[in-house]
Amino acid sequence: MSVISYRQALHDALREEMLRDEDVFLIGEEIGLFEGSYKITAGMLEEFGPRRVRDTPIAEEGFTGAAIGAAMVGLRPVVEIMTINFSLLALDQIVNHAAKIYGMFGGQARVPMVIRTPGGGGQQLGATHSQNIELYYAFVPGMKVVAPSTPADAKALMLAAIRDDDPVLVLENLALYNTTGEVPDNVQPAEIGRAKIARPGTDITVVSYSRMATVAVQAAERLAAEGIDVEVIDLMSLRPLDRDTIIESVKKTSCAVILEDDWLTYGIGAEIAATISDGAFDWLDAPVRRVAMAEVPMPYAKSLELAALPSLDDAVNAIRETLDAVARRR
Amino acid sequence: MSTTKPKVARASTRSATAGTPTKQSPPSGISVTEAQELAFYRQMVLVRRFEERAARAYTEAKVGGYCHLNLGEEATVAGLTAALEAGDYLYTNYREHGYALARGIAPGRLMAELYGRQDGVSRGWGGSMHMFDVEARFMGGYGIVGGQVPLATGTALAIDYRGGAEAVVCLMGDGTTNIGAFHESLNIAALWNLPIVYVVNNNGLGMGTTVEQSSAEPELYKRAASYRMASARVDGNDPAAVYEAMRVALASARNGKPYLLETMTGRMKGHSVVDPARYRSREEAEALKAADPIAAYAVRLHEHGVLTDDLIAQVDAEAMSTVADAVAFADASPHPDVSTLFDYTYATPVPNDSRRLPGEALYPAAPRPVLSEVSA
Repeated sequence: MSVISYRQALHDALREEMLRDEDVFLIGEEIGLFEGSYKITAGMLEEFGPRRVRDTPIAEEGFTGAAIGAAMVGLRPVVEIMTINFSLLALDQIVNHAAKIYGMFGGQARVPMVIRTPGGGGQQLGATHSQNIELYYAFVPGMKVVAPSTPADAKALMLAAIRDDDPVLVLENLALYNTTGEVPDNVQPAEIGRAKIARPGTDITVVSYSRMATVAVQAAERLAAEGIDVEVIDLMSLRPLDRDTIIESVKKTSCAVILEDDWLTYGIGAEIAATISDGAFDWLDAPVRRVAMAEVPMPYAKSLELAALPSLDDAVNAIRETLDAVARRR
Repeated sequence: MSTTKPKVARASTRSATAGTPTKQSPPSGISVTEAQELAFYRQMVLVRRFEERAARAYTEAKVGGYCHLNLGEEATVAGLTAALEAGDYLYTNYREHGYALARGIAPGRLMAELYGRQDGVSRGWGGSMHMFDVEARFMGGYGIVGGQVPLATGTALAIDYRGGAEAVVCLMGDGTTNIGAFHESLNIAALWNLPIVYVVNNNGLGMGTTVEQSSAEPELYKRAASYRMASARVDGNDPAAVYEAMRVALASARNGKPYLLETMTGRMKGHSVVDPARYRSREEAEALKAADPIAAYAVRLHEHGVLTDDLIAQVDAEAMSTVADAVAFADASPHPDVSTLFDYTYATPVPNDSRRLPGEALYPAAPRPVLSEVSA
């Protein structure tokens, strides 16, 4: 067991898989000589050479599609898309091709490809560089989308993603790269498609993923001091979605708050809320509450950016207000 | 993590010199054997009869969706596929039935795919636009214009990665040369010296829009110059010319120099079976009919003594019989069973993947818990 950063955990997972399997290679913009915009691939070009750490032109559609075409004949490319915002330039290749090829050709070609890409705002990068649009990919059958919030999960999910025979989008997060956590010495691949109970509790269910899952745990810790016992579910996988874990928890607590970094309308939280309505309607003692980003193009000015992003205080307040509503009901 | 800068920067395992001059004329000294000429002719007639039968099946509502035919493109189909080695990969677009046939896929499996049946080449999941056969290295028809171009480039990258001797041929229509993925892919292929031949089948029309209306450089092969990629334009109505041009192109690709070949053809019918092509003048339609590559090739081979009237009739009868067998096979093949609906979402099984049919609830309506059991 050692304490390492989320960045290091991702790096270690990539390196271990590169050493384990000659078919694994890295491809993307500035991942070699520049060592990655966020330095996940630092040292990789030197260790593995340009054949396996392939710097590309600025051509997201071209190189993402090339990775798919390489995967179709058995290689296991790991594509870095510098931020999830730029994945929009590759949308046709991801949605119309990577996600379709296995089914559309009757199971004859697999696409064992990973797309790693960070979402996240809060860096004063403005409207085009601060989005959380993982929903676009989580919407599509054929895709698998995972969203780790801790270094240990980042490593375990990356290992699983690389060994999976389907296209897997690994959602990283700019604000998580420098966070640290305990990572076991011999991490095994996680099972994609399973949520985890990040913190067991009995009073209220908080459902979240990626950066907001860390906020959820912080909110739970703050409220524990007041005697409120929060259960935190970290989704880990956005597609497939582990609905049963959510429903089981809500049947125990009878109330739920969802924390998400994306926009509220049609967002991931909307699907979670609908799931709770489907599976635990009769157990609910208060409306399901969502904490989500303000519905604006992200502003640059720090004061406005802070106002648009969901905060720890927002999470704590939403949990308190939901528990107040429960108390009135009972 | 190390912060020292690596010394190496180039990626490809192949060597190629930059600045390969663009070839602007078709290859000279075309000479193929009589046997090869006859093989071309047989192939062209089979494609013609198959496509005519597919159109009929479409009007009989045996075939659904869109249905784009290779009518008028038969010479390019025959010449292009004859130049491929068994190990080469072929990517095409949604006008691909003929290429799939010529790649040796059983006509019955292709017709069954059009019919949406279990024995279809893509098990009834693809239809007219998405035929695929891993054994034949026929890497798919693709319904999105240009969707196949980055994929084909990636398969060429995989060949390069493994040091293989195969090549990739990526077919597309004239309209594809205006999309971004075309330019991104040619740039990548040239930069990395990938073993790939891009073939632009220029039939003059992208649906109803002419090449001149859509392309600022209508001599499409010249676009390769932007990437210092060798290229040529060839008469796509002459199978031997296409064959020879493809051999030159493939030799270049295998040597780490990707290539762009433009084949000039005519689309004899509308964009798809249902398109009456009213945007064309009567004269245009007549001219296309007069330039029918199969009729012209038959005349030529007849003059050279390769074809006789009897042989023409025999080749036609054989093609008709093959196509009739294909239709019988398709008709006899079962419709895919509904129980297989969720078989091809994921290659690696995953917990919690949805197997819900449209009318099913996510969870059964739950009984309301008795109030006294709810702890306050």
